[in-house]
Amino acid sequence: MTASTPLRIVLYEGLGSRPLADRFEVTRALLEQGYAVTGARGKGREASGPPAGTLLVLGRFTEEKPREAEAPEAGCTVLFRDVDGLDRDAIVQVVEAARAETAAARPGGWKPWFPVIDYSRCTNCMQCLTFCLFDVYGVSKEHKIEVKNAVKCKTDCPACSRVCPEVAILFPKYKAGPINGDEISQADVEREKLKVDISALLGGDIYAALRQRSEHARTRFGKERDDKRALDERKRCLAKLQQDLDIPPEVLASLPSADEIRARTERAVAETQGS
Amino acid sequence: MRILYCHCAYARVVPVEVKNDVLRALTEADASFEAVPDLCEMSARRDPALKQIAGGGTVTIAACYPRAVKWLFHAADAPLPDAGVHVLNMRVQPADEIVRELLPAGPRAVDTA
Repeated sequence: MTASTPLRIVLYEGLGSRPLADRFEVTRALLEQGYAVTGARGKGREASGPPAGTLLVLGRFTEEKPREAEAPEAGCTVLFRDVDGLDRDAIVQVVEAARAETAAARPGGWKPWFPVIDYSRCTNCMQCLTFCLFDVYGVSKEHKIEVKNAVKCKTDCPACSRVCPEVAILFPKYKAGPINGDEISQADVEREKLKVDISALLGGDIYAALRQRSEHARTRFGKERDDKRALDERKRCLAKLQQDLDIPPEVLASLPSADEIRARTERAVAETQGS
Repeated sequence: MRILYCHCAYARVVPVEVKNDVLRALTEADASFEAVPDLCEMSARRDPALKQIAGGGTVTIAACYPRAVKWLFHAADAPLPDAGVHVLNMRVQPADEIVRELLPAGPRAVDTA
């Protein structure tokens, strides 16, 4: 197996293996360590077939099992470990030892925060691609917008979903709908459009708003020559935008310039046209 | 029918008591199941297990919003079929309602002797 494939666990209770005690605690502990767990019972509903990679079967076996077996038809290696008499923590240790032995990937370690595109709504306008500061988006061979670098996404930043005019970008771990995947009402569409109208943003809606306020502040404070008040006003304006859009301040502080946005748009359009 | 449970292990958006109640019922029932730490994380790495789940026939998924689940699978090149997939939302549905739908025959404790 490759080092990038995680170990998958089977809690086997069926022919040749007695039922496990504490199966809830064991399953929960393994899930929280980042392991996928199949609960396989001798009867009842079916589970999915074995995945590629390495499968670790835990059981209270009534007969001796080999430590390792090949299952070429399933494309995987199967390890067996008897956990009779072991408590939850000891079982987790058995799993960790098997993971180390097989050089399987260490699971977890990253909060999976990234955009997910609802293609039933997406119009391929590329505004997310042009807006994103972190190169999360790319264009497929079929010239469709796609998430290319999920791990580059800024954790807890839903900015691209805010600028999407079709409410087509989800962040499943976001706190509120419709960005979290909740159904979209017409009111949601209108509200999202009210927050940031990207068509205006490309013309500089946020920038225009900032500029306008900046101009206003300059006029107002220019006479007073009070730089501190002007700065405070700018901070207040940014804080208000940050609050309205739920965008991390460092993201808002490093928004691309209107020229950069235009250049990205041109590149994206060229890419979609295959030139 | 297969059962898939997502533990949403890397965020606190699913109420812990709902996750625990559903997982407890599942582990105490006489049913086979797949439990995954986090569907988002699997989608991001395009885990091939998602293709097996999507292509394996009727499945009930206990996770979050159905729209999110649908497009997470799609993002992993493992689109869910239009029919035979039932998504239960642990972010908004109470645990007892989810358990009733996951285990319509009712949880049956198995002998641990």
